[in-house]
Amino acid sequence: MGRVGALIARHPIPAFFVVFAVFPFVVPYKALATQVLIYGLFALGFNLLYGYTGLLSFGHAAFFGLGAYGTGVTLARLGVTSVWAGLAAGLVLAAAGGALIGYLCLRRRGIYFAMLSLAFAQLLYFVGFHLSWITGGDDGLRGIPVLPVGLAGVRVSIETPLAFYYFVLVVVGAAVAVLKRILDSPFGAVLQAIRENTDRAAACGYDVTRVKLLSFVFSGAFAGLAGGLNALYLQVVPIDTLYWTTSGQVVMMALLGGAGTFFGPFVGAGVFLILEDVLSVFTESWPLVVGAIFMAFVRFLPRGIWGTVVGLEIMGGLDGPPKPPERSHTPRGTRGVARP
Amino acid sequence: MPFDAATLLSQLFTGLVLGTIYVLLALGLSLIFGLLTVVNFSHGSFYMLGAYLGFFVLGFTKNFWIALVVAPLLLGLLGLLTERWLVRPLYGRSIDDPLLLTFGLSLVLVEAARLVWGKMGLTFDPPAALAGAVNLGFTYFPAYRLFVIAATAVVVVALWLFLERTTLGLVIRAGTRDALIVRALGINLNLVWLLVFGIGCALAGLAGVLAAPMRGVYPEMGVTIVIESFVVVVVGGMGSLLGAIVAGLLIGEVVSLTTFFAPKMADIVVFLVMAVVLLVRPSGFFGEAGLME
Amino acid sequence: MKAITRRTFLRAGGLATAAVVLDTAAPRVTLGQAPIKVGFPVPLTGPYGAEAADQQAAATLAVEEINGRGGVLGRKVELLVRDDQLKPGVGAQRTKELLENEKVDFVIGGLSAAVQMAINEQTKKAKVIYVSISQSNEITARPDWSPYTFHEAINPFITSHVVGSWAIQNLGKRIYVLYADYAFGQQLRDGIKLVAEKSGATVLGADPHPLGATDYSALFPRVQAAKPDVLVLANFGKDQLNSVKQAASFGLKSQMKLVCPVFLGTMRREGGPTVFDGVYGGTTFYWEIGEKIPTAKRFADAFRKKYDRPPYDYAGYAYSGTRLLLEAVQRAKTTEADKVIAALEGHTYDYYKGKQWIRKCDHQSFQDVYVLKSKKDQKAEHDIFDVVGRVEASEKFERSCKDLGHA
Repeated sequence: MGRVGALIARHPIPAFFVVFAVFPFVVPYKALATQVLIYGLFALGFNLLYGYTGLLSFGHAAFFGLGAYGTGVTLARLGVTSVWAGLAAGLVLAAAGGALIGYLCLRRRGIYFAMLSLAFAQLLYFVGFHLSWITGGDDGLRGIPVLPVGLAGVRVSIETPLAFYYFVLVVVGAAVAVLKRILDSPFGAVLQAIRENTDRAAACGYDVTRVKLLSFVFSGAFAGLAGGLNALYLQVVPIDTLYWTTSGQVVMMALLGGAGTFFGPFVGAGVFLILEDVLSVFTESWPLVVGAIFMAFVRFLPRGIWGTVVGLEIMGGLDGPPKPPERSHTPRGTRGVARP
Repeated sequence: MPFDAATLLSQLFTGLVLGTIYVLLALGLSLIFGLLTVVNFSHGSFYMLGAYLGFFVLGFTKNFWIALVVAPLLLGLLGLLTERWLVRPLYGRSIDDPLLLTFGLSLVLVEAARLVWGKMGLTFDPPAALAGAVNLGFTYFPAYRLFVIAATAVVVVALWLFLERTTLGLVIRAGTRDALIVRALGINLNLVWLLVFGIGCALAGLAGVLAAPMRGVYPEMGVTIVIESFVVVVVGGMGSLLGAIVAGLLIGEVVSLTTFFAPKMADIVVFLVMAVVLLVRPSGFFGEAGLME
Repeated sequence: MKAITRRTFLRAGGLATAAVVLDTAAPRVTLGQAPIKVGFPVPLTGPYGAEAADQQAAATLAVEEINGRGGVLGRKVELLVRDDQLKPGVGAQRTKELLENEKVDFVIGGLSAAVQMAINEQTKKAKVIYVSISQSNEITARPDWSPYTFHEAINPFITSHVVGSWAIQNLGKRIYVLYADYAFGQQLRDGIKLVAEKSGATVLGADPHPLGATDYSALFPRVQAAKPDVLVLANFGKDQLNSVKQAASFGLKSQMKLVCPVFLGTMRREGGPTVFDGVYGGTTFYWEIGEKIPTAKRFADAFRKKYDRPPYDYAGYAYSGTRLLLEAVQRAKTTEADKVIAALEGHTYDYYKGKQWIRKCDHQSFQDVYVLKSKKDQKAEHDIFDVVGRVEASEKFERSCKDLGHA
């Protein structure tokens, strides 16, 4: 086991492709596997901001939704026939949204950040709800076509569930590779320095707000790409894509899997979606079970599943020793006691 | 559109009632945040439970007034348990953890309410003495809504007296300024935190019982109002009780007047107010910049 | 407990289990033949769980009746119920699973218009027949409509025309509309405005409220200042209950008549006779119509016998939609979509409430609509409405085939 872990640690990207190449054959049905990949990418975007930069966003539905509507509107309303152009449109829109919302939210730090991101995402939800001539309003955006994808000059059909899954795998795998590049770059190091100690990073001369904003934009872009893929997958964009419960879902996925770990988001998305799929067979009250499990994780396993596994194996390399974002919490005024 | 002083006045009055519920919720949130630096995400679920427990006590005793007192007390008790067993173990960890935990708790409580009381929702009738409408000169206004305004005013004054005139209130106020010194004076702060969390939850419960005869009782009733209450707290200034009151009433009036002049904007305006306040005065009306970041 | 075992059975049980269990109920069915599978996504969880439970109960009843008579084409019918959580994304996902994994032959279901659209997109692509059993204007109109889309429920256009014209004739000509600000509410509002124009009534004002609003008081001063005869509350579910209740507490009921275009039994039961006293509304089915219509009596009795409660409108849609589809399969002598579609188009039937028919161009089911008044002295739990009007089915209440984009 330790060996396998070390292998994954040394070659995360090939490992990702190997695992997910066989994944659709081990889950009950392929549509579920596709959902795991898409939500895994969404959680990955969230994790960049929370796990690596230390900013808890409760409004990531905004970027997932912007990506979904960007892609959906481009393909369904503007008559664009290139899937890539559609996905790019969603990604750009979500990144731009990340810049705007990030700018506003970063005016306040700390715990405000979560509440502000939540409120701005809700604002966007209501705006989307009312702009029904673009978004379809409460009925959702319909009529997103399933177009063949241009791959190296060849147009490939992605109509069957399995073909669509592998198409998503290619896109998500590329995104994962890009994220790895970002984290390995000097910028990635600064992000983690900010998470560990914002004041020290600032003292080192980094423009902390700008770096955070950039992290917000990247995070939004990843979430937006996931949203775009989800639009292609469902062929509709429901308005509740933008609703705050979507944000809550991604928070739960990232934390279950392990915030601040590289593969945690995919593990979390997989566990969450499969848990939902299985539990909803036995009980209509499955959110109660999921909520209780989530509480237990926050209380007892803050590193999440993957974080704990990696922590146990102490294999270093891939994630380093994983840590949840550490901004010490002590009730007001006692912080002098807690840390000098 | 017919538009005269009487109509406008009735509009302001309805806005006042909307505001009172925000005030009660924001007071509880702000009190807990001011002392414990905990954002209680399950505040909306406590509001919902307040309504259900109020209904339960009402069914048991057939007396609205008992329900009005007992349900918030039960919620306060639940608040004590929550602080002691769920929130306290997280002190010293990431500042986000209590928020995440109470988020999970809110999911559990909503689902539990569905399980225990059913999905359909319940009707909570106002007490017979307050069932009718009162002639205010410019309009007929439900007596119960006037009572809600009065009850909120009483609670706000009582809370103010408690914080300003009692020893315990003094300790709480001192604790928000510098807990280290308070502790050095030999005061058991753990107990104070426990109590404040309980009071905050009791206020949410009271808001729930008061709202129930107007809006009905159903499992999802606290889901969106908690987000609006966050906005109220941010606009008023986190941790500021005066801010919670002013911002709560302001948001209530803004919503009411927007409903009158531009009804399509009614659900967005709350968030627009927040965006504007944030751009102009990031710490909110009465917040101290940088104190709790 | 019943729901759990049934759903577990449906999900976990493979074909073998299904065949064995169902066979004991109907010995005439040939063993070994694969059952006809019908996917049934409805929002079992979420705020309309009660309506969804009615839909599920009625569809189950229809399937049991059909299996009891030997199934369809000598094959068993299997109903695969899924929870769409009232979320379009989940509805789409569950439908994908039904199509991909269970290889269902048909899909029936949906409660919210948005979920219907999401299901419809999936079935359209898979070329599988979908019978929608809840209100929507778009689903019968191009571009959402497809040859595989059928609509057993009526829609906001028909509802507002029928209920609106009845209210204008019987309650007064000065109308005020409060509508929930989303497709359903807006479509009802447009319909009321159109009817008012045609019949010489005036719409004094039409104000929106947010979907899911908890407080309606801020809307009332304008309404009261306008002094209408009739206040139409063009909303649904919890919004309907809360707006009626708060209108009552502000004394609006003594100043004007209240009309709820889609009058829900669940909301009326939750609110009680006092809150709803004197409120009018429309429906496609209330069990009391069985006093005059034999099929309605048969349906209500069978439902009551099985579930110990009478069926309401959404149960009716589900029951009728299920039978409509399966009996068309029997007539077509195949499950092939094209032939079943041919058997459905223009078909006239009466399963639970009198004559209905499927219009060929848009696959809309035309049916009678009833006007109800809430009962004050309620004698039993489900004795909640008086039937005060019946408007006979007619295509004149619906948009023309051309308006809907069908050539």
